Amino acid sequence: MSDALGLYNYWIAIFLMMVGFYNVIASGNLVKKLIGLSIFQTSVFLLYITMGKVKDGTAPILGDGYDTFSNPLPHVLILTAIVVGIATTAVGLALVIRIQEHFGTIEEDELIAQEDSP
Amino acid sequence: MSSHLPIVPIVLPMIAAPLCSLLRRPALIWPLTTGVGWLVFAACAALLMQVVESGPIVYTMANWDAPIGIEYRIDLLNAYILVLVSGIAAVVLLYAPQSAASELPQDRHHLFCAAFLLCLTGLLGITITGDAFNVYVFLEISSLASYALISVSRDPRALKAAYKYLIMGTIGATFILIAVGLMYMMTGTLNMADLAQRVKMVEDTRTILMAFAFLSIGIMLKIALFPMHAWLPNAYSYAPSLVTAFIAATSTKVSLYVFLRFVFTIFGAEYAFDTLGFNDVLLPLALLGIVVASAVAIYQTDLKRLLAYSSVAQIGYIVLGISMGTVTGLTAGLAHMFNHALMKGALFLAVGCIVLRLHSSRLEDMAGLGKRMPITSFAFVLGGLGLIGVPLTAGFISKWYLLLGTLELGWWPVTVLLLISSLLAVAYVWRFVEVAYFQPPPAEASSDEAPLSMQIPLWMLLATTLYFGLQTDVTAGLAQRAALWLLGGGQ
Repeated sequence: MSDALGLYNYWIAIFLMMVGFYNVIASGNLVKKLIGLSIFQTSVFLLYITMGKVKDGTAPILGDGYDTFSNPLPHVLILTAIVVGIATTAVGLALVIRIQEHFGTIEEDELIAQEDSP
Repeated sequence: MSSHLPIVPIVLPMIAAPLCSLLRRPALIWPLTTGVGWLVFAACAALLMQVVESGPIVYTMANWDAPIGIEYRIDLLNAYILVLVSGIAAVVLLYAPQSAASELPQDRHHLFCAAFLLCLTGLLGITITGDAFNVYVFLEISSLASYALISVSRDPRALKAAYKYLIMGTIGATFILIAVGLMYMMTGTLNMADLAQRVKMVEDTRTILMAFAFLSIGIMLKIALFPMHAWLPNAYSYAPSLVTAFIAATSTKVSLYVFLRFVFTIFGAEYAFDTLGFNDVLLPLALLGIVVASAVAIYQTDLKRLLAYSSVAQIGYIVLGISMGTVTGLTAGLAHMFNHALMKGALFLAVGCIVLRLHSSRLEDMAGLGKRMPITSFAFVLGGLGLIGVPLTAGFISKWYLLLGTLELGWWPVTVLLLISSLLAVAYVWRFVEVAYFQPPPAEASSDEAPLSMQIPLWMLLATTLYFGLQTDVTAGLAQRAALWLLGGGQ
């Protein structure tokens, strides 16, 4: 039991993952979908950061008084993934703006209704 | 110079992309982009020659050795995909200026070229790299560029299609990211060759099982394997024609390559197929995809959409070959990957020619096209015959191997299903033939063939499919070598 609680970082990551994923699927608003997508991606960043954390570890500094280090590699990887995430959100929002310009709405059901009655 | 050859296909388009967006003048950027495309193709062809002659090439980035640095590892399988992707890009780029002039807004050409080159960089990067995280990064580069390429179309519906693709594509890519993370967690390495060795030691853990699950779902979304194909039909039908031709021919194939790479060389065929029984998942999905998508294709009113559904079905064939897990099956899958890319590329280029003249891809507007655009119509029919799998076309070779594979395993129902699905293919290709050849052209229509600059690339691709239909030892031979190598665990 305490094992399961001790891994609370993972619980949070999974909870956020599901919140984000649910939002992507269930929300009808295109911007809200992107917010969900962002949360979903962020949860994966948390997963990676947790993975690299060593108990009582610091950043990898060479010097006296620092002997336990966290693994910096997953942290650096996530730096790249954050950039990718931002780019995705930016492209997504740009598309939403253009959709709003052309169709006058960003609600999924209204967009579908427009398509059915040209 | 030759020792730095593996980096050329990545760096060249990556540098040319921002140059394009700075130069802005269509008179400058099109020759630049096309030139880069052909140079990259030449580099990839040279790499393939080198691999065939003297075995895998390993290139370490900035001289950092493998476990720490990123390495590019080129073997028979990815050299084959590199040549395919860069070849299609080079041909499509020859075709692009004319088609873009009519289908894209004038002030966006430089951005279009930049996105195209970035997409090419990403696709080649995924293929060439030997680092699992690098695959994710390049995957996102190519995906983000392709969302932009799709949305640049004049048809506003392309925006919605690109948005949908963005959502599904990002979910797929993030799943792959999770899988890579879980694998790193268990093995402490991101290098594919290292992963292949270390995953075997921990393959009984649930973490690796989860990694496999996330990875396969993520990649299936990218492959557009039925029923995860929802993004594909709209994206293909509303995107500009040359984008459709390029993406349809390359993007799903590269994702399939990632699938093969991870499943066969990292997890190993034994783990995926014998321990987990993964082929029991792939087989029904592939068969459903083949039958349902082919049937849906018959009822389409838009030629691009028809071809898009046919793509979903053809991906089913490839996955069917993979799911057999035998040398013949895998050979069929690999050969069909190659052949389908060429055929679908040619078909979409033909549609591009038609759209250039008719400004529409609806079947009802194509009455009497056989008289109005005889050469293009003939090209389309030839490509269509390839999709059906008529002898003397490349499509026949891969279907033949698929049939052999099913017979070897004694899967009679699948054999029958394959034959039926070929009839469905006849039906959807016939839709075009009927409209183009058996309906009279509208009275005011003039005969107006597409310009030579578009005809030549189209016929280049078609000629390749016919060539590979006769010279079976090239594709099938290479595919068989790659299949043997994959089933041996890629060592």
